[in-house]
Amino acid sequence: MKKMSIRKAYGEALADYGAENPDVVVVVADVSSSVQTGFFAERFPERFFNVGITEQAMVDFAVGLALGGMIPFANTFAVLFLRAAEQIRTCVAYAETNVKLVGSYSGLSNFKDGPTHHAECDVAVMRAMPNMTVVEAADAVEARKMVPAVAEHEGPVYLRISRSDVPVLFEESYEVKIGRGVILRDGGDVALIASGVMVSRCLEAAEKLTNEGIDAYVVDMSTIKPLDVDLVWKLAEETGALVTAEDHSIIGGLGSAVAEALGEKKPANLERIGVRDTFTETSLNYEELLDHYGMSVEDIVKAARRAVERKRK
Amino acid sequence: MTYHPEQLVKELDETAQSLRIDVLEMIHRRKAGHPGGSLSAAEIITALIFHHLKIDPNRPDWEERDRFILSKGHACSFLYAALARRGFFPREELQTWGHIGSRLQGHPDRLKTPGVDMTTGMEGHGVAVGAGLCLAARIKNLSYDVYVLVGDGECQCGVLWEGAMIASKYRLSELTVIVDHNHVQLDGPVHEILPLDSLADKWRAFNFATFEIDGNNMREVLDALDMAKEIRNNPTAIIAHTTKGRGVSLMENKSAWHGRPPNDEEFARAVSELKRRLSKQ
Repeated sequence: MKKMSIRKAYGEALADYGAENPDVVVVVADVSSSVQTGFFAERFPERFFNVGITEQAMVDFAVGLALGGMIPFANTFAVLFLRAAEQIRTCVAYAETNVKLVGSYSGLSNFKDGPTHHAECDVAVMRAMPNMTVVEAADAVEARKMVPAVAEHEGPVYLRISRSDVPVLFEESYEVKIGRGVILRDGGDVALIASGVMVSRCLEAAEKLTNEGIDAYVVDMSTIKPLDVDLVWKLAEETGALVTAEDHSIIGGLGSAVAEALGEKKPANLERIGVRDTFTETSLNYEELLDHYGMSVEDIVKAARRAVERKRK
Repeated sequence: MTYHPEQLVKELDETAQSLRIDVLEMIHRRKAGHPGGSLSAAEIITALIFHHLKIDPNRPDWEERDRFILSKGHACSFLYAALARRGFFPREELQTWGHIGSRLQGHPDRLKTPGVDMTTGMEGHGVAVGAGLCLAARIKNLSYDVYVLVGDGECQCGVLWEGAMIASKYRLSELTVIVDHNHVQLDGPVHEILPLDSLADKWRAFNFATFEIDGNNMREVLDALDMAKEIRNNPTAIIAHTTKGRGVSLMENKSAWHGRPPNDEEFARAVSELKRRLSKQ
C-alpha cells in the first residue's frame, strides 16, 4: 500500500486552509522544519510566529491570539507540550480559549532521537483536562482533513500528528467528524479499535485473523475525547471482545478511555495494545521499535485471539 | 503627555482609598483573600479602570477596548471592587465573591465576570498572553492597547521572561507591563526568597522601555501610563515601587498578610484607619 507522510500532509493542509481562512495563525517553538509549518510560513509570513524554545510562553502567546479573535495552531513535539501542561490546563482548557495544540512526533515516531523525545503519555495528560478535545490522524488524508475540522471546532483541541509515513487508508472524499469513530472494516467476532499509526496495523492484523476464522471489525477512533461511546457499546454488545491499539501508554490513552466506557455500561473482554508503562529506547527504525514494545501486527493478532477465547469460555 | 489636573488626581485618590475599604470588607466577609497585594496595587488598578483604559461598562466585549490582564490574579478583590464601582456589574454582587454559583471566582475568570479580559491566578502568564493580544490587534487592524499587571514575586517565573522576549522580538509598543514591586511575596521578602535585583535592568535587558515610579502615588502612576503610550517600537515596563498592604499599618510590609483575612478586631482597626485617611484627603 502506498505510504505518505502524516506530518507533511498536515503542514500542506495548514497552508491551504490558511488561504481559505484569514483568522488562522501559526505559532511554533523552533521546530518548524520538523513539524512542517514551513509551507504556511512561506505563504503567510505575517500570520506565522516562530517564538523559539519557549513552549510555555508559546501556549500563552497562542491564548492571547485566540482572545484577539484569531484561530492559533500552536506546534511543537508532543512530548514538549508536557512542559506547558499548566499553561494548557489553566489558560487553554479552563479559560476555554480557541487554541489548537498540534503535538507532532507523537508516540515513538521520533525513534532515532530516543526516549527523551518519545511521547508516551501526552494523550493521558490532555484527556484528563476538562474542555479538551483530543484527536489523532491515522494517515495523510485524515491529517489533511483534520485541519479544517479542528479549526472549525470551537474550543481547545489537541491534535496528535505522527512523524512517520504510513499507508494511505482513506479516499479523498472522506470527511472527518470530530466525536465519531469510523468503521473501516466490518467484523463480528472481535473489534479492533485504534488511533493514529496503529490503525493500519490493525487492518493488517484483521486480514491475518480471517485465516483463523476470526472476523474482526477495525475502527479508526480518531477522536479519543470525547470518545464515541455509542460505537464502543455497540461493538461490545455485538462482539463481546475488543482490542485497543495506540502508539501511547496503555495508561490514560485510548485503551483507558475504552475500558472506562465499557466498565461503566457494558463490560466486555478487552485487551490493550500500547506501551506497557515503561520508558522506551532509541531505535534505527520506527516499525521495529513498535514491534519491540508489543505493538506488532502479531501482538494485535494474539490479543484478539485472547479476547475471543475468553469470550468463548 | 497630558497634564493631570489636581482635581482628577484627588478624585482618583479618593476612589482608590474607598476601594481599599471595599476590599477589606470583601476579604473579611469571605474570611479569605489576599489583602497585601490588593492594597499595594490600589492606585495602579484605579488609575487604569477609572481613567486610563479605553473601556465601556455597557460593552464589556467591545472589540476595540483596551485589554487589562491582572496577571497577579490574587489581587482580584481590588479588580472586582473597581469593576463594580465602574458599572460592569452591581456592587451588591461583591458580597457573593467566592460562593458557589457566583460570577466572582477566587481568582479572575474571563468567562464569568464582565470586565475581566483574561482568566488569571497562576503566576507568569500575563506577558505572553498580552503579546498574543497585541499581534491579533495588528492582524485585525484594531487599535487597542494591552496592559498587564504583574507581581514582583511573579517575575521569578521563567515563562514571564519568555513572554518578554516574544514581546521584544515583535516590538510590541502596544504592550505595557506594570510591575507591582511591593517587595514581599507569600513566604517572605522577595530579596530573601529569590532576589530580583536589579529588576529594572532585567526589563531593560529584554528591550522594554523601562521606568521606575512610586506606584502608590496617583500622579506618578497617571503620568507613567501616559508616557508608556508615547513609546514607539518597544514594549514598556513600569516598575511601580509600592508597599504591600499599603494604607493599613498593621498589614504593611508583612508577608503574613499576603493571603490571610483580618479577624474582627483587625478589620475594625484597618477600616477606621482607612476612613480617617479618606476624610483627610
